[in-house]
Amino acid sequence: MRRRHFITISGASLGGVLVYGFDRKPTVLHAQPEQKIRVPLRFFTTPEALIVAAATARIFPSDETGPGANEAGVVIYIDRQLAGPYGRDRYRYTQPPFEAGVPEQGYQGRANPRQIYRNGVKLLGDGFDNLKPDAQDAALRKIEGTTFFRLLRQHTIEGMFCDPMHGGNAGTIGWQLIGFPGPYMSWADDIDKHYGKAFRPKPKSLEEVLGHPVKPWEEESE
Amino acid sequence: MKTLPRVDVAIAGGGWSGLLLARELGARTSLSIAVLERGAPRTTADYAEGMDEVDYAIRLRMMQDASKDTLTFRHTSKDRALPVRQFGSFLPGDGLGGAGEHWNGETPRLLPDVFEVYSRTVARYGKKRLPADHSIQDWGVTYAEIEPYYNRAETLLGISGRGGRNPFEGLRSAGYPTPPMKLGHFPALFVEASRALGYEPFPMPSANLSTTYKNPDGIVRPACEYCGYCERFGCMVGAKAQPTNVLMPVIARQSNVSVRTGATVRRVVHKDGRASGVTYIDTDGQECFQPADLVALASWTMNNTRLLLLSKAGQPYNPATGKGQVGRNLTHQAPGGVVLFFDYPLNLFMGSGANAATIADFDGDNFDHSSLHFLRGAHITAPAVGHRPVGNFGLLPPATATTWGSQWKKAAIDFFDRSAALATNGEHLAYRTNYLDLDPVYRDSAGDPLLRMTIDWNDNERNMMAFMSARAAEIGRAMGASEVAMPRPLKRYDVTAYKTSHVQGGTIMGASPESSVLNPWLQHWKVENLFVLGASAFPHNASGNPTLTILALTLRTADAIVDRYLKRPGSLA
Repeated sequence: MRRRHFITISGASLGGVLVYGFDRKPTVLHAQPEQKIRVPLRFFTTPEALIVAAATARIFPSDETGPGANEAGVVIYIDRQLAGPYGRDRYRYTQPPFEAGVPEQGYQGRANPRQIYRNGVKLLGDGFDNLKPDAQDAALRKIEGTTFFRLLRQHTIEGMFCDPMHGGNAGTIGWQLIGFPGPYMSWADDIDKHYGKAFRPKPKSLEEVLGHPVKPWEEESE
Repeated sequence: MKTLPRVDVAIAGGGWSGLLLARELGARTSLSIAVLERGAPRTTADYAEGMDEVDYAIRLRMMQDASKDTLTFRHTSKDRALPVRQFGSFLPGDGLGGAGEHWNGETPRLLPDVFEVYSRTVARYGKKRLPADHSIQDWGVTYAEIEPYYNRAETLLGISGRGGRNPFEGLRSAGYPTPPMKLGHFPALFVEASRALGYEPFPMPSANLSTTYKNPDGIVRPACEYCGYCERFGCMVGAKAQPTNVLMPVIARQSNVSVRTGATVRRVVHKDGRASGVTYIDTDGQECFQPADLVALASWTMNNTRLLLLSKAGQPYNPATGKGQVGRNLTHQAPGGVVLFFDYPLNLFMGSGANAATIADFDGDNFDHSSLHFLRGAHITAPAVGHRPVGNFGLLPPATATTWGSQWKKAAIDFFDRSAALATNGEHLAYRTNYLDLDPVYRDSAGDPLLRMTIDWNDNERNMMAFMSARAAEIGRAMGASEVAMPRPLKRYDVTAYKTSHVQGGTIMGASPESSVLNPWLQHWKVENLFVLGASAFPHNASGNPTLTILALTLRTADAIVDRYLKRPGSLA
């Protein structure tokens, strides 16, 4: 049985962050509780999680335009996706023969997302998370052409803007950044109004909209 | 193999066409009918919990499970086909209601000349203008013949629209059952700008209701909530017409119709030009033989072709000789569009699958092609389908060089709600070189060969899309866009990037058994108690979305079966 691994996430930097959003007006993000959260990992080891967290924080940094991958918990999102059916290619056609094709034929590799990450993290190397940002960027630029980086970038966006039930977009912080309100049941009174003006209802997660939690696909057992 | 009690009619596939045929035959006859659907049952109540982009729009939770069954793809018959390991350019549906559950609901009628594309094109431009290697042919049915069925389909679904706005539309015997939807800002800008440029914008006909509607079956559906979760999602209020909310409530009352889910049809059993039933695998993995007097294939478009090939029903198409019929005329709408950037927010999270304004000025042969380097055309459409945060993040003006890091993040946040695309979906003519057959290497989880698609774009589509992008860019600038990003020129068919799910052909209808699988009544030329429904019957790909035409042709076939075939079984042609 796998030894338990954890990653510690700080919610402290979030309280009262000023964000300059789509309408160029500063907005105060809804504060998250100021606390450190110890999150059990489902797939990554702690060292792997620290490297992935550092890499996603360079792809989507925390900077003057607002919080980024660290505050949203992107690494938690990726960990859960990899632990679930997607990570083991449950829904991908994985029959051989595996042959190289043209790009228009799509990814033809044998490796599933778990293996791609496990090997990809090695490309970045031990200690990547302790490098200075410039050195981290340089290391990432070297692997920009890899399948691992393509997935890492895509999963960073997913983890920033997914419904919080998937482990990313903590406190809907990603949705607040871009002015996305979440899965409201109706805009029938608003669809043909607000022309030219930002209409920004307070973001709600699916659980908040429905009034009960929903089980995401990655938690479904075989 | 377990042999089941005989039924009068076995229908493979519980989507729009299969359930519509079941409803028609179930209501008008006392025949016993079994609908065999490979996926799981679904109802409207299942869908509220499905308003999640990651699981449904990205991981494709409602679609065919590619790990069990997919296709292979190559550009030409000289290339090696490889499996489509994850669906990309189109999304086959699965489960009760099929792709009709997670569609957008755009329901235009096709232009009248689409059905006579060969003869009209030759009459106006001459045979010399037809592209090399084309296999264009007339459909064997005219707009006038299917107009009453268009009308019935619109009435059944309650289509929202405004008759008379589109000057290029064929004659209508009735207006739309419900008025057009309210428009989001982006399509509203398009209406104004395209009108100012002298075009004739009209609201996209929509299966997402503008108002509460009661159809002739007494089915009441509410108005659309514009929540933005249509494409790749089921409608949680039932405003979007879906087989489960329009047809299933009627079928549930019909004692002579049974719907079996978890039933994966593998073969049509036939001998000497007569089908005796179908075989399928049930949820327990048990292989069953379902005897039937009449068989209809109504699976997702490409799966119809595969079932005919696996069943050896009809002669497989041979691209080298041009002989054979099953698998020919594979088409997919030509993709294109320009991205517009505005100085103000557009509130794009609001919308609905068919919430759009469109023009037909450059569709079909509505404009003169004498001096152009292509035939036929595209509709140019401004949709408000509901932008989602993952899928729509990162649309940036061409000047933005980076794809990650601080600068990129700042620009992508800044433009998230200020960028939207005008879509230009183009007509795809049929070519001898684009076709379906069985793959010699790769197999599905039951051990059957996968279907192999051989398809590439030709100069007609490439030139058409370049022309359409230029027109769309002009409209975009007139809409007030501060920047317009042109698409990369169309080169090769790419199976990874989503276009539409309107893949068509393979079991085409036509006037001659030499060049078509089905007669104009969707009846198999050689196995007369076998019917094949859906867009696999379309001889080429009109620019318009296929569903309304699928419904109209299914209703026409149902009438022909009841009024003529049952009285005197045999060829309807």
